[in-house]
Amino acid sequence: MSASSGAGGDAGAPADVGQLADAGAPAVGEVALALQHAAKSFGAVQALIDGSVELRAGEVHALLGENGAGKSTLVKILAGVYQPDSGTLVVAGREVTLHGPAAARAAGIAVIYQEPTLFPDLTVAENMFIGRQPLRSGRRIDQGAMRAEAAEIFKRLGVPLDPGRIARGLSIADQQVVEIGKALSLNARVIVMDEPTAALSASEVARLFDVVRTLRGQGAAVLFISHRLEEIFTICQRVTVMRDGKHVLTDDVSNLTADDMVRAMVGRELEKRSRGEQAEPGQTVLEISRLTREGVFIDISLAVRAGEVVALAGLVGSGRSEVARAVFGIDKYDAGGVNVRGKPLRKASPTGAMAAGIGFVPEDRRQQGLVMDMSVQQNVALASLGRLRQAGFIRASSERALASDWAARLAIKYSRLTDPVSMLSGGNQQKVVLAKWLSRKPTVLIVDEPTRGIDIATKAEVHHLLLQLARDGVGILMISSELPEVLLVSDRILVMREGRLAAEFTRSEATEERIIAAATGQAEKQPADQAPADGAPADQTAADPTTADQTAADSTTPPRRVP
Amino acid sequence: MTAEVLRREPPQAPIDTSERGLAERVFRIRESGIVVVLVLFVAVTAGLQHRFLSASNIQFVLVNTVIFALLALGETMVVVSRNVDLSVGSVLGMSAYLSANLFGRHPGIPIPVVFLVGLGIGLGWGIVNGLVVAAGRVPSLVVTLASLYIIRGIDILIVGGGMVTANTLPGSFVDIPKETVLGIPYVAIAVAVVVAIGAYYLRSFRSGRDLYAIGSNPDAARLAGIPIGRRVFMSFAVSGAIAGVAGVLWAAQYGTVDSTAGTGYELTVVTAVVVGGVAIFGGSGSAVGAALGALLLATINSALYVLGISSFWDQAIAGFLLIFAITLDRIISVRLTEALRLRSARRAA
Repeated sequence: MSASSGAGGDAGAPADVGQLADAGAPAVGEVALALQHAAKSFGAVQALIDGSVELRAGEVHALLGENGAGKSTLVKILAGVYQPDSGTLVVAGREVTLHGPAAARAAGIAVIYQEPTLFPDLTVAENMFIGRQPLRSGRRIDQGAMRAEAAEIFKRLGVPLDPGRIARGLSIADQQVVEIGKALSLNARVIVMDEPTAALSASEVARLFDVVRTLRGQGAAVLFISHRLEEIFTICQRVTVMRDGKHVLTDDVSNLTADDMVRAMVGRELEKRSRGEQAEPGQTVLEISRLTREGVFIDISLAVRAGEVVALAGLVGSGRSEVARAVFGIDKYDAGGVNVRGKPLRKASPTGAMAAGIGFVPEDRRQQGLVMDMSVQQNVALASLGRLRQAGFIRASSERALASDWAARLAIKYSRLTDPVSMLSGGNQQKVVLAKWLSRKPTVLIVDEPTRGIDIATKAEVHHLLLQLARDGVGILMISSELPEVLLVSDRILVMREGRLAAEFTRSEATEERIIAAATGQAEKQPADQAPADGAPADQTAADPTTADQTAADSTTPPRRVP
Repeated sequence: MTAEVLRREPPQAPIDTSERGLAERVFRIRESGIVVVLVLFVAVTAGLQHRFLSASNIQFVLVNTVIFALLALGETMVVVSRNVDLSVGSVLGMSAYLSANLFGRHPGIPIPVVFLVGLGIGLGWGIVNGLVVAAGRVPSLVVTLASLYIIRGIDILIVGGGMVTANTLPGSFVDIPKETVLGIPYVAIAVAVVVAIGAYYLRSFRSGRDLYAIGSNPDAARLAGIPIGRRVFMSFAVSGAIAGVAGVLWAAQYGTVDSTAGTGYELTVVTAVVVGGVAIFGGSGSAVGAALGALLLATINSALYVLGISSFWDQAIAGFLLIFAITLDRIISVRLTEALRLRSARRAA
């Protein structure tokens, strides 16, 4: 263990302030944690098939993979939240089984989630030491010692955070620092950071990286998850790539290019897209102009024409769903406007959006799309109650007629229309949400992750259904994280990154690599004669989002294709 | 009071700990605000009716406060962990009758034993509430609403049409609330000490802090490995036990106990706790504040009586105070969050 970087940790510090130089801690370069061939399934879904990762003391190790590659499952196994069905976990040379979060903590593993979970009413110091507060005589909490220990840890991390203030009002970045401080106070030798930078500003990311470097210098093993490739080049020494629940490669970051990583993430042979001829798009039905919600999305302009499927791609958290929510009137926006068939839409009014002919299939069908305890027919009829009403009453018979009609058209599988919708499978539930909106004959349909968590066969049915709707003249705005789906269904693809439109591709131009490159801000490798005349490495151009976004968003022509 | 609190906008303070200072100041103002209202009430009432500050009336108010302040201590422990105990009035009623009845059945029974019996009855019901809430994972609002009715029902079955009257009680028992030192009832001093101990426990012991943590963010509490079930169970057991002791005190003070003793007390207690600055959704507030809330309600009650104003107003004013306190806390919480967020942001910039 490097005594040089231990900066006061070795001499005279209170014994239980997080010292990484504990007896039994692996020396720098030795394997601190190794997960081998872990598998985990939920019912019929194989979330993780072959998860392997090896972390060495004193390294920052990147974990890369597309959404659904099994990263979160792997993290939760390390956190002790999930128990793997098979596979082994070795921590500091000893094989361990983690029965719960407490066991993971005891093994020296700390997980910092994207959105930390703090106690807003308690002080920062108490958040770090809850349940383990330093005591004085009579088992009373020693507030002074607790705050001193917290202050000591913040000093080691080099962050000016007051341990005595309450956690309420801390920025996400500061909350993460509190979680990191907690990990240190727990003597964690393995620190897992699940997309810690997703919600941070550039200066906050820089500070986080300083903290991560300090951790590394003190001999911790850090597993760093991020979708931003430039961050991985900045902070990580090695990288493990996962795809479809399996380990793909582990290598030194310096041995790989961004392209290598993207290719390893996407991996699969591009699927042959086959779909029927689409009708020529008609007039513009949905027009979003310069829509801005401070801190969430900025200057979003796009148009959807009748009979057209427009995809909004990008990473989770890039602001896609938020745009959809603002268009449908669930959230307010600060600037810009929305027109449906040329008529401006009232701000923040779902009723107005519905009246104008917009349908919205939200991301989370269990929470937002359905009333789980109500019957299938009630859920289908929910958006059509105005039409079904007779003298103020809803007749069960007309509700039933509407529901059975749409259930047949969408091939929804159910035993009785009066069963609670919670009894249906995920795919059939999603069809119920679709039926709810289709029965209103919408002009514009916004679908957010339409096939998340549903099986392959139903997925194909939903895709077919969306295309069928487009043929019937509905304008569809689809948000999706699944690139094969985006490439299969959409006519045009807009890519969002960090709240802005980063690129636009036509159907023929789009490839998974290009969408990922645009979504992660990783400029595509271009031939020298086409590259911007600056000779800077690709990831540096990408590090300046304003210029990158500006060029991409403002140019009417999409990014050039590699010959 | 609103203006008093809200006008305290972020003053310029040293950067490093200004956020801590702001939060602490707001909470201190919140509690001293009750004292201000209390003093105003006493001053105005005493100005109109000198009798209000007579020794006997002060004693009356304090003894009245004692029971609610005790109940408020237990209720605070429950409410900070994002639960509520609505059964305290019924527990108090049953304990009051059964303990007072002991004197008639077992003449010469030592008074401490009677208090222990009352405590035991309350503890028993507290354990029942705690078990159902903690182990059954049933919302405490429902559980204790049910036990409110169940306990009252059993009480009525036991008491029937009967009652315990003051003449069956030994003089030394009935005199407990009347013993004073320097005009202050002993029980008031005793309860003040108990409340202080309770407040200290909640502030300075791990299990006490756990209750705040559970109320502040239950999910985070689970992730942090806090034994939520055990802590919640304990808070209900303590609240029940306290209500049992309060029942014995109630019997001593009023002398006549029938099956309606303590009816509706649960709402007064919850009101006192919330007026006293304990957040109804948990996470913050202190037992001292809750006791001050109880004192304020008892003072208002007495002031109206002394001024000859209909006691209907008493309830209306309690209701008004409740809404006022909750609205105020909500505003404070929102503005405090915003102020802290802005300061952190400014500091980072």
